Amino acid sequence: MSAAGEKDYQASPSPRLAPGAGRVVGQRVTRLEDAPLVRGDGMFAADVSFPRQLAMRVVRSPIAHGRLLSIDTAAARALPGVHAVWTAADVADIPPIPFRATKVRGLEPYCQPILAAGRVRYAGEPLAVVFADDAYLAEDAADLVVPDIEELPPVLDATAEPAEFLPGHSTEPTVVRKEYGDVAAAFRDAHAIVELALSVGRHSGVPLETRGAIARYDASRDLLELHGAAKKQHWNRDEIARLLGRPPAGVHLFEGHVGGGFGVRGELYPEDLLVCLAALRLRRPVKWIEDRREHMVATNHSRQQHHRIRAAVDGQGRLLAIDDVFFHDQGGYVRTHGARVVDLAAGMLPGPYRLPAYRVAGHFRLTNKTPAATYRAPGRFETTFVRERVMDAIAARLGLDRVEVRRRNLVTPAEMPHARPLDTLGTAVVLDSGDYPGLLDTALDRFGWTALQADLARRRGAGECVGAGIGFFVEKSGLGPSDGVRIAVDKTGGVELISGAASVGQGVETVLAQICAEALGIDYRRVRVVRGRTDRIEFGNGAHASRVTVMSGSATYRAALAVRAMALETAAGLLQAAASELSIVDGHVVRLADPGAPLMPLGEVARHMGPDSALMVGRTPGLSAERWFHSAHMTYPYGVHLAVVRIDRGTGEVRVERYLVANDIGRAINPMLVEGQLAGGFVQGLGGALFEEFRYDETGQPLSTTFADYLIPTLAEVPPLDLIVSEQAPSPLNPLGVKGAGEGGTNGVGAAIASAVDDALRRPGAVVSLPILPRTVHALLRT
Amino acid sequence: MKPPVFEYHRPASLTEAVDMLGGLENARLLAGGQSLMPMLAMRFAFPDHLIDLNRIPALAGIAEDGGTLRVGAMTRQRDLLDHPVVRARLPMLAEALEQVGHRQTRNRGTVGGSLCHLDPAAELVAVATALDAELEIAGPRGARTLPMAAFPLGFMTPALEPDELLTGLRFALPALPQGACFTEFARRHGDYAIVSAAAILWPRDGRIGRASITLGGVGPVPVRLEAAEAALAGQRADAESFAAAAACCGALDPMDDAQVPAWYRRRLAATLVRRALTTAWERADVR
Amino acid sequence: MSAEPVRTVAFGVNGETREATIPVRRTLGDVLRHDFGLTGTHLGCEHGVCGACTVLLDGRAVRACLMLAVQAEGHEIRTVEGLADAAGALHPLQQAFCDHHGLQCGFCTPGMLTTLVEFLADCPDPTAAQVRVAISGNLCRCTGYESIVAAVLDAAARMRAA
Repeated sequence: MSAAGEKDYQASPSPRLAPGAGRVVGQRVTRLEDAPLVRGDGMFAADVSFPRQLAMRVVRSPIAHGRLLSIDTAAARALPGVHAVWTAADVADIPPIPFRATKVRGLEPYCQPILAAGRVRYAGEPLAVVFADDAYLAEDAADLVVPDIEELPPVLDATAEPAEFLPGHSTEPTVVRKEYGDVAAAFRDAHAIVELALSVGRHSGVPLETRGAIARYDASRDLLELHGAAKKQHWNRDEIARLLGRPPAGVHLFEGHVGGGFGVRGELYPEDLLVCLAALRLRRPVKWIEDRREHMVATNHSRQQHHRIRAAVDGQGRLLAIDDVFFHDQGGYVRTHGARVVDLAAGMLPGPYRLPAYRVAGHFRLTNKTPAATYRAPGRFETTFVRERVMDAIAARLGLDRVEVRRRNLVTPAEMPHARPLDTLGTAVVLDSGDYPGLLDTALDRFGWTALQADLARRRGAGECVGAGIGFFVEKSGLGPSDGVRIAVDKTGGVELISGAASVGQGVETVLAQICAEALGIDYRRVRVVRGRTDRIEFGNGAHASRVTVMSGSATYRAALAVRAMALETAAGLLQAAASELSIVDGHVVRLADPGAPLMPLGEVARHMGPDSALMVGRTPGLSAERWFHSAHMTYPYGVHLAVVRIDRGTGEVRVERYLVANDIGRAINPMLVEGQLAGGFVQGLGGALFEEFRYDETGQPLSTTFADYLIPTLAEVPPLDLIVSEQAPSPLNPLGVKGAGEGGTNGVGAAIASAVDDALRRPGAVVSLPILPRTVHALLRT
Repeated sequence: MKPPVFEYHRPASLTEAVDMLGGLENARLLAGGQSLMPMLAMRFAFPDHLIDLNRIPALAGIAEDGGTLRVGAMTRQRDLLDHPVVRARLPMLAEALEQVGHRQTRNRGTVGGSLCHLDPAAELVAVATALDAELEIAGPRGARTLPMAAFPLGFMTPALEPDELLTGLRFALPALPQGACFTEFARRHGDYAIVSAAAILWPRDGRIGRASITLGGVGPVPVRLEAAEAALAGQRADAESFAAAAACCGALDPMDDAQVPAWYRRRLAATLVRRALTTAWERADVR
Repeated sequence: MSAEPVRTVAFGVNGETREATIPVRRTLGDVLRHDFGLTGTHLGCEHGVCGACTVLLDGRAVRACLMLAVQAEGHEIRTVEGLADAAGALHPLQQAFCDHHGLQCGFCTPGMLTTLVEFLADCPDPTAAQVRVAISGNLCRCTGYESIVAAVLDAAARMRAA
């Protein structure tokens, strides 16, 4: 690479992309991803096959908690077509799955082994694995594996006194505490104190594609490949290499098409290590495709928390302090996320409000259920529900309007950036930009809030049970620390963009291509985006925490500007012009004075920068650049959810009649894709608010193991949705001004619908838990 | 979630099917597969033999025969739903069928398959009971008929000998004017009903002459609300009468589970009975 | 049972007759995917709820996870791979899904498209309400569905105009 193209680790200020829509940034262009997907040409995990592959099947615990006395595998081994059956003894040399996030001291004993040894801690825990010629035979063999488990009483309530996890270790490995201000004084001096006990049900991402992992070992190159990877390829690669005692360069992960992530996919799970180990030992490719019933007990659950919250307010309903104690139901083990969800819940609970004093204690508790971790808006869906319940309770207590109470407490634009003496994910919470009251007004106006109240009153008078609700939220996005992107132009003018980002189906390729095209002056369809592969780029932080557009997008912008500068410099020499007089339009170098007259295609410039070009003698050839973007702070999107619900008095059913999500994300690279994120996120939030729950019986048996029992909303349950994609508050923290758009659609749904149900029932505070079930509402109607 | 090993048989005639059913150990009939295939995938069922009924032409088809509509057991739910006689003469049957699963499952699922699977929450089971369908059953000892009310013996247990199969059913086409309504409560569109109610009202002199009320999903088998039927006879068709009929649901002893407690099923039943009666009356030709 | 019963089965797939000798218990979805390499038909639940595996059986939308492949003998199956025309031009539904952002991860898309091909054949000028019922048996976890409804209405209009 030339000097200009050398790696740049400086966090030097980048030129900012001017606000407003660009030539391609800000445009509703169609996606690069779509053509193969609509043709059925996608390559999802289950579509990956290799010659001679074996199918792996996991034998799972039928018991929630017990001593694993023995496992009889003889009958399974004897079945024709079965190649191996492993139990914990066969994988004793593999350490348990480590943490990648929020590593709180003392969590290590709670890591999950790849196969249970000694104890089983949830129904669905892997006990053994079978390798057979195909998936049918593997399942036949798995049915013949007989574990002998001595049942122990299960822990199913995270609010109960902690029990023993292991000798010397309780089921409460840690309590996440955060505090600032004089909480005691605030409560002592308060005009009023509201106190609530609130619960959020156990639900999760449940992507439509189950997980899958296909490993093969190429002995000729001493290379282990894992296909079906997602989200965190590089970290997973490094850990798989470490756990298997191999150099990282001898392990590569490949992400194909991914059927939805939502937080749960792409973490390092036992099955990922098991297929890798098997491919090495059995010297045949090994394929594992999770089935749906496995998915419901094996893949991360999320959300289940119980909060006991108190708020102190003055006579005008202004918050003086919040004191929250909550219990996080983690399930049987601590997985890769460590204490992340508890930390996020504790750090993000104050949301958009001015809060002089705050104290929170998040009790991280293990239970005998499927382990939990992040799901879209982790810690925020939960705490927005809790905080907004508090705001409604304050309004009711003081006889104030629900909107007015919020308005009085919202952080104002004059107070931005707003630093809280709090941290989360190891970064200080500094709300970077925003006009919270402005967006509130815009949303209320668009929804027709004032007229709506009159209309609802009229309908109530006619006997209907209808109400409106509100939830205000603050999201977080763009978690650092860094991301790099490499951009290279070939001789035909085609552009390859190699990123350490991943895609879980949300449109990463298109968005990065748009940013690259904008900076470089080309058609975004000429950009081929490479992501999710460890063999093409050394580092990567993947796709999670609404970070790709912020971090990889900013790196893309910087790299594309660098390539553009190199191209203009070279073209200037070739055209005998000053680089400052030139530009690139539609993939051609032009004079600024005459942009309609193409002088030289970009591919031609690249050809002149090839290794055999006389211009490159003594220089690193190639029209290419790698650039990095670093960030020490997250950027905070925000928004409002508004809902109208109607309750059927005869059944207790809650129907959402209409809904609005307003979300300020600083800048929309592609508004169509942002709307897609908000709409999809909303329906997942709707699921958590009204339908979806992983339920267990009193012995810890999971009851929601099929799509007939775990109720994902269908189109028939989804109300008309209005969206406001607001760009009023660009982030000052990155050159594009962007904030993440992945989670705002989900964040406030539980809060807004709970508020609307209360309003319909004319009973402030009636809703104390999610999901809001018809029978609960029906019971409320009768009392 | 792959089916276990079984042998597959494809009889071409009813006789062949009956012979197989009598001759093979641990055999199951495969109709539309919309219930059996998931049970195989989940390995809840381990048949040694599957007898596929899909290649027996005589088992499928709809024919109007005097005052009855004869429906072959292997008739697809979709075909019954689309049939003009059903639309015109048995609208409650169409109303129930529209709530059976989704387009793709109705395209494949059969009328007989649903009846024999006998899920307590199945719409077809409830509506066939409400319409007093007559079932045709074949076996090695010949054919017999059975009223739908006598078909369910208990939870998912049809009154079929192990070597018998359901070949068809007959619905009487209503001769007297009536109004009917099938309504249900399910969490999502297309889900099995938690509770369903089918009501038929025969008006006489501007009042209710006779009433039929059937509940699905309340007990292991459909329930006729006979007390309410008796109480409604001769009454004015007004909110008060319908509320009184619905109140009879208070005496029900429904299934009880963590997801749907008995008290809630009782209240759902009352709501649905009231609504079904109200709509049925609106649809009745009272002239 | 020990020995795995097999049968030779032949049926049409996207206009071509395909034949395979397969275990009788193998589902239509698995045979399309593994024996015929048509991996566009996706298995999302294998118990008949999600709709991702929907294919057309003699023109009717059915769940490929709820049929044994041996049952397809003599029938004509059309999968998502058979929707584009011979020259490769996208079906109007496929094009409209792209234009309206009717897909994100794309996993549910093949089942949506096949379901809708039958639906629009039955109902060429649907209302939004009819569309909402028609694909209520297809779960989508990404889009929130609304963009799919817009795509269907647009595709229907294009198909009527064609």
